[in-house]
Amino acid sequence: MARMKFLADAERCIECNGCVTACKQEHEIPWGVNRRRVVTLNDGVPGEKSISVACMHCSDAPCMAVCPVDCFYKTTEGVVLHDKDLCIGCGYCFYACPFGAPQFPQDGAFGLRGKMDKCTFCAGGPETDHSAAEYKKYGRNRLAEGKLPACAEMCATKALLGGDSDVISDIYRNRVLRRGKGSEIWGWGTAYGKPEPRPAAKPGAKS
Amino acid sequence: MRRPLSLMVAAALALGAAGCGEQAVTVYKQGQYQGKPDKQPWDNAAFKGDKLAWEQAIKARNERQDETSRGTPTVAAN
Repeated sequence: MARMKFLADAERCIECNGCVTACKQEHEIPWGVNRRRVVTLNDGVPGEKSISVACMHCSDAPCMAVCPVDCFYKTTEGVVLHDKDLCIGCGYCFYACPFGAPQFPQDGAFGLRGKMDKCTFCAGGPETDHSAAEYKKYGRNRLAEGKLPACAEMCATKALLGGDSDVISDIYRNRVLRRGKGSEIWGWGTAYGKPEPRPAAKPGAKS
Repeated sequence: MRRPLSLMVAAALALGAAGCGEQAVTVYKQGQYQGKPDKQPWDNAAFKGDKLAWEQAIKARNERQDETSRGTPTVAAN
């Protein structure tokens, strides 16, 4: 079973914000909410580095641990999702998240905080797949269409990789070997492994 | 005079007690997901429960992210 992850290659990112735009467009994200954003370190200084940041769908997600109403769940593919019908918009997940992924749209007058919104790895939510309710609450469910997140697929330089962690880490490993640098990527030593050899699927075999 | 007053008190008590009959929407169990169950990404009209077809579609998309495997590059671009 695939373990879905994002991997941002700082050597390739050109800070075009194509991933941010793709996400906004794909899910019709409201003004003031950014499920994905590009962070630039040492901006303006020669050698600046940019990475695209969103929910990293942590293996041991702190947002899940702190949620007082337990509205988070993890799919069999390792995607961290939540049920907006349960979310009370308390903001605990925002304080717990090391990436600042949880977003809170303004809901009503006086800056009242709405229910939490975050990257879904384009996997929708607990509503029926491709339903109007799912699209309205969580955005498009590309994973159920056999597609990967729009941000990663839209990335022009393929700085942002998204998908099965074994496959994308192997793609990144080949890049590191070719260019001779970049192995110091965050979490590289612990989060990603070598792809296991998979037996070829027999035609007509049941999964 | 006492009759309308007692009627008002009775009505107020009845209204007050009506709230006690309201059932809680969610019963929380600490540490467990409390929301609606989600289906697998292949359990829909597009894949009709065919997990293998879904995995192959995802695998093809995964590998398409590697430009070096799409063809023989003339110049190694990294």
